[in-house]
Amino acid sequence: MNDLSWIDQALSAVRPQVVGALMRYFRDLDTAEEAFQEACLRALKNWPRKGPPRDPAAWLIFVGRNAGVDDIRKRSRQQALPDEEVLSDLEDAEPSMAERLDSADYRDDVLRLLFICCHPDLPSTQQIALALRIVSGLTVEEIASAFLVSEAAMEQRITRAKRKVAAAGIAFETPSAAERVERIATVAAMVYLLFNEGYSASGGEAHIREPLCDEAIRLGYLLLRMFPAEPELMGLVALMLFQHARVPARLDAEGEIILLDDQDRSLWRGKLIDEAAALIEKAARHSRPGAYQIQAAIAYEHAKARQASDTDWSAIGQYYRMLEVLSPSPVVTLNRAVAVSKHEGPAAALDLIEPLAGPLSGYFHFHGVRGALLLELGRDREARGAFEKAISIAKTPAEAAHIRRHLDQLQLRVVGALS
Amino acid sequence: MLYALLCYNNEAAVCGLSKEEDDAMMGRVRAAEEKIVAKSSFGPRLRLMPTTAATFVKAGQDPMVIDGPFAETKEQLLGFWIVDCASLEDAIDAGRHLAREREFGGIEVRPISAYLPPSEAK
Repeated sequence: MNDLSWIDQALSAVRPQVVGALMRYFRDLDTAEEAFQEACLRALKNWPRKGPPRDPAAWLIFVGRNAGVDDIRKRSRQQALPDEEVLSDLEDAEPSMAERLDSADYRDDVLRLLFICCHPDLPSTQQIALALRIVSGLTVEEIASAFLVSEAAMEQRITRAKRKVAAAGIAFETPSAAERVERIATVAAMVYLLFNEGYSASGGEAHIREPLCDEAIRLGYLLLRMFPAEPELMGLVALMLFQHARVPARLDAEGEIILLDDQDRSLWRGKLIDEAAALIEKAARHSRPGAYQIQAAIAYEHAKARQASDTDWSAIGQYYRMLEVLSPSPVVTLNRAVAVSKHEGPAAALDLIEPLAGPLSGYFHFHGVRGALLLELGRDREARGAFEKAISIAKTPAEAAHIRRHLDQLQLRVVGALS
Repeated sequence: MLYALLCYNNEAAVCGLSKEEDDAMMGRVRAAEEKIVAKSSFGPRLRLMPTTAATFVKAGQDPMVIDGPFAETKEQLLGFWIVDCASLEDAIDAGRHLAREREFGGIEVRPISAYLPPSEAK
């Protein structure tokens, strides 16, 4: 490569630890971000000439810290520090910096940076926007386009979120082991939400929003590199990779979602599936199952089936049962019912979901699944009722079209019976 | 003479590439390989999965298996084996056999994501 894109790639790869370290140093997010910007400018000036430093993160932290201190001094009208031409040779300072960066500080820095974005008072979309801005370093313009809002609106949203975070105060002391586990779980949930923001998009938006999935996977890897022995992080990355592997097969020419059963599986990306499988196998060695690992295991069952009819629904049913025990929810039970219907039949599945009628009365998929089970059992009139209910609350044209196909099938049966 | 060409880079940057960027990078790699086969032939070529997918078997009589961190920076890569195993557990077992034969260092078990067999000799 003879352009300067290698510098951009290097800068964005180390951004989280550099901004995280600078924030610990300055105890202020804005100062840390400005110092990072300044350090990047100097990198763009210095690196093409001198080649990249041995440890880019340490270089940027060192230069950013000096730039920030310089800036603070200027603002308080004190004497400025010598500029980077004088400090330019960092070789002496680098090894000690790098050593300190290897310690646990550094992963706590990055974790803190992600964790402050997950402030409970912020709605999840704002948490995500803030993380994309601060941790990933996406521009406001990029984030605005992924969220399909104007740049001005996104700017305002991020500014407001930052103010809230700053007002809440940031805990800079090193977290205890228990706090760390809690932080990892919170941050992992945010990363998965980010992934789904991108993954659930359809139609013309899908292409625009796919970078959100890339970014979520990048953050997942970042977490996993910092906490390489956390099976749930292996599960999270595996889950995202399995789902991301289906991207080339999941939308039709009109951009509508193609259901898993109907996807052309030869389009799935084998490289991602292999890596995800390696990760869940590694996670399983810990014998500490969690929600991400189990969902990844379910995705793996789907990935292993060459065609939909090869799917091991009994295994999938058992995984959903584990998930029900671990994190019970009516939606999980509904999913288990789908698996049960495939290997035990529609009657057993219907028994399973009847108690969900209350909690899931406003949930599209509940009525869709219920209708399909009733249809299979030949209870056409009740099936029609369920499908009509589903269509009335469908959120996307694809959902409505899917149900309409069932209704057409019913119609055909009626015609068939009359003729 | 046989030579091993070992590829080093920043994993965070390479893992962060989008599908398009990764494809473009591999395209450049394949083009470079074309130039190499003009004069030399290839043994197997392979791409490793990231270190996040690896496990490490520490040297010793009763080798400990950990998820990371891997080799100390003071240790160098001295050799490697490619094994075909039915499961990660089998691969780790293979690593254990080798780890027992040494006092220091260890064996990293890293899945291979892409494998190209040896090219035809010219």
